[in-house]
Amino acid sequence: MLKDSDRIFQNIYGIKGDDLETARSIGDWKDTKDILAKGRDWVIEEVKTSGLRGRGGAGFGTGLKWSFMPKEGDRPQFLVINADEGEPGTCKDREILRNEPHKLIEGALIAGFAMGAHASYIYIRGEFYHEAVALQKAIDEAYAAGLLGEEACGSGWKMDVYVHRGMGAYVCGEEGALIQSLEGKKGQPRLKPPFPAGVGLYGCPTTVNNVESIAVVPTICRRGGEWFGALGKPNNTGTKLMCVSGHVNNPCTFEEEMGVPLKEMIEKHCGGVVGGWDNLLGIIPGGCSVPVMTKEMCDVATMDYDNLREHGSGLGTAAVIVMNKQTDIIYAIARLSKFYAHESCGQCTPCREGTGWISRMMDRMVIGNATIEEIDMLENVTRQIEGNTICALGDAAAWPIQGLIRHFRPLIEQRIADYQAAKNAAA
Amino acid sequence: MSGVSQTVEQPESFVFTDETMAKAKEVLAKYPEDRKESAVMPLLDLAQRQHNGWLPIAAMDYVAGICEMAPIKVYEVASFYTMYNRTPVGENHVQICTNISCWLKGSDKIVDAAKEVLGVGFGQTTEDNKFTLSEVECLGACVNAPMMQINDDFYEDLDSSSTKAIFEALKKGEQPKTGPQGDRVGCQPAGGLTSLKEQANA
Ligand code: FES
Repeated sequence: MLKDSDRIFQNIYGIKGDDLETARSIGDWKDTKDILAKGRDWVIEEVKTSGLRGRGGAGFGTGLKWSFMPKEGDRPQFLVINADEGEPGTCKDREILRNEPHKLIEGALIAGFAMGAHASYIYIRGEFYHEAVALQKAIDEAYAAGLLGEEACGSGWKMDVYVHRGMGAYVCGEEGALIQSLEGKKGQPRLKPPFPAGVGLYGCPTTVNNVESIAVVPTICRRGGEWFGALGKPNNTGTKLMCVSGHVNNPCTFEEEMGVPLKEMIEKHCGGVVGGWDNLLGIIPGGCSVPVMTKEMCDVATMDYDNLREHGSGLGTAAVIVMNKQTDIIYAIARLSKFYAHESCGQCTPCREGTGWISRMMDRMVIGNATIEEIDMLENVTRQIEGNTICALGDAAAWPIQGLIRHFRPLIEQRIADYQAAKNAAA
Repeated sequence: MSGVSQTVEQPESFVFTDETMAKAKEVLAKYPEDRKESAVMPLLDLAQRQHNGWLPIAAMDYVAGICEMAPIKVYEVASFYTMYNRTPVGENHVQICTNISCWLKGSDKIVDAAKEVLGVGFGQTTEDNKFTLSEVECLGACVNAPMMQINDDFYEDLDSSSTKAIFEALKKGEQPKTGPQGDRVGCQPAGGLTSLKEQANA
C-alpha cells in the first residue's frame, strides 16, 4: 500500500485550500523554469521512463503519445485536456479540478512545452460549474503570477490555458467528438486516421490527454520518471486515483499504488462491502464500460491494466462499482443499456439502432418477459455492434451485456422461468 | 432533449444585456480570430442564463449572428447537448441522477421524495413555475451518491428526508446547504481519513 510521502495528490480532499499559495506549499510550481530548461526531449523521456499510461481509460503510453506530435511545422499545435468526466462511476478528475487545479495547470504548461503547443484548452463537463469556476480562478492566479502567458515561469515559452465548458454529452469524452465540440459543432466522433496528432483542433496537430494524466506530470518531472516507474508493477506503474462507489460502507476517492489487491483496497479505504466480503455479488472495476467481475475474480484481482484484463475486464478509469448480493444485477446492467441508448450520438447505424434495441430487450430481461433463445440473440447483437463503430461507445454498450451473460446467465434464465410460471399460474 | 414544442411562446427578439455582452467578449477572446464558431456553446449558455434558463429561437439566431454561423448550425448544437433547454424550465431545475452508482445507493427513494413533495413527474414543471423535475445520467459525483443537481449546485449523500428538506427550503426562498448533506466533506471516506491522515486535524 502506498505511503503518504509517495502520494502525488497531497490535497485531494481540499482540506488545505485551492489557492496558489497553498499549492506552492505542497510543492506545485517549484522550479518549473528549471524543468523547462532541460528541454522538450528530456520531459518526454522522463514521462516515457515513468511508464505513465493514459488515465482516462484507454491506457495508452502518455510519453509515446506526445512523441507523435510534429517536432516543427508552420501550423500551431494544441494540447487539449479532457475534463469531460462522465463515465458512470467516475468522479476522480472532479477532485483535481476543484482541489488541486494548480497541478493541472502546471502540467498543462510542461506538457504543452514538451509537445510544442502554446495553447491548451481544458474541456470540462458543463455540469461541473463550480469546478470550472475554481479552475478559472487558479488560471487567473497563474497569469497574475507570471506562471502562464508570454513568458511562462520566466522560461521564454509562451503558454495560454483556456477553460471550455461542455454542455451535457457523454460522447464528448471521446477525443474526436471533443475536438468537434471545441470547434462549435455537434460532438460526433471523427474517423481515424487521420489522428489528432496530424489533424486535430482546427486541422492542426493536437494531443488530447485526460486530466489526471496531465496533473501527475509535474511531480514525475520533479521526482523523476524512475521514482514513478518503481511504484506499481512493470507495465502498470505509478499511482492512480481510484473512486469506489456502490455497496461499500464508506464510498470515497483516494490515491493508491497501481496493482493493489482489490479486496484489500476496499477493506482499507472503504470499510469493506456492505454485509461483508462474502456478501459481494460482483464488481465493475473501471467505470461502467468494462465487464463485471464475479466475487471469485474479485478475491484475487489487483487494480492494474494487465491483471484486470486477464479477468476479462479492465482498469478503465479505476471507478470501482461494488454490488452486493442484494443487487438486482440484471436491472443494474439494463440501466447502463439505457444510458448508452441515450448517449449514442447517432452517427453509426450499429450503435444508434443497436443501443436502443439492446435497451428495450434488457427491459424485458429485467422482468423475465423473454425466451431463452433471446439471450443468445442479445449476445449476438452485441457482437455485431462491437468493433463496427467509429468510436468505442458501441463497444462500451456491448461489453456490460456480454459480462452479464457470461457470468450471470443462470440468473437471467431463472428470471424468465419465474415470469413464465407466474403467467401460467395466472392463466 | 426532445424537439421544440409548437406551443411554446417564442419571444420576437433577443439581445445580450451589456453585462452579458461583456462576458461574451471574454469568451470570444479565448479562440482564434477566425474561429468564432468555437464560442457557440459558451455563448448559448450565456444566452440561456440571461433568459431564465431556456433558449428561445431568437436567442439562437442572435448567437448565430455573433459567431458568424448559419442559424441551422446553431440549432443543431442546441439540440445535441442536453444542458440547453429549448422550452421554459422552472426557477429550480431539479436533476436527479439515476445512473448505476446512485441507483445502488437508493436514487429510487430520492425520485419518490421529489415526486411527492413537488407533485410533478419527470419532464414536468410545477404550476407555480418554481420547479422542473428531470432524470439525468451520471453527474460525476458517484462516491457521494445518491445525488442531484439543482441549477448550478450539487446536493450529495442524499436520503429521503434530506431531499425533502432541500425542497422545503427552496420553496421558502432559502438557500440550502450544498454538497454532501451528512457530516463528511467532499469525497473523503465517511469513517475518517484512510490516507493523508495527518491532515485530519488541520
Ligand atoms: S452515477 Fe450518479 S453521479 Fe455518477
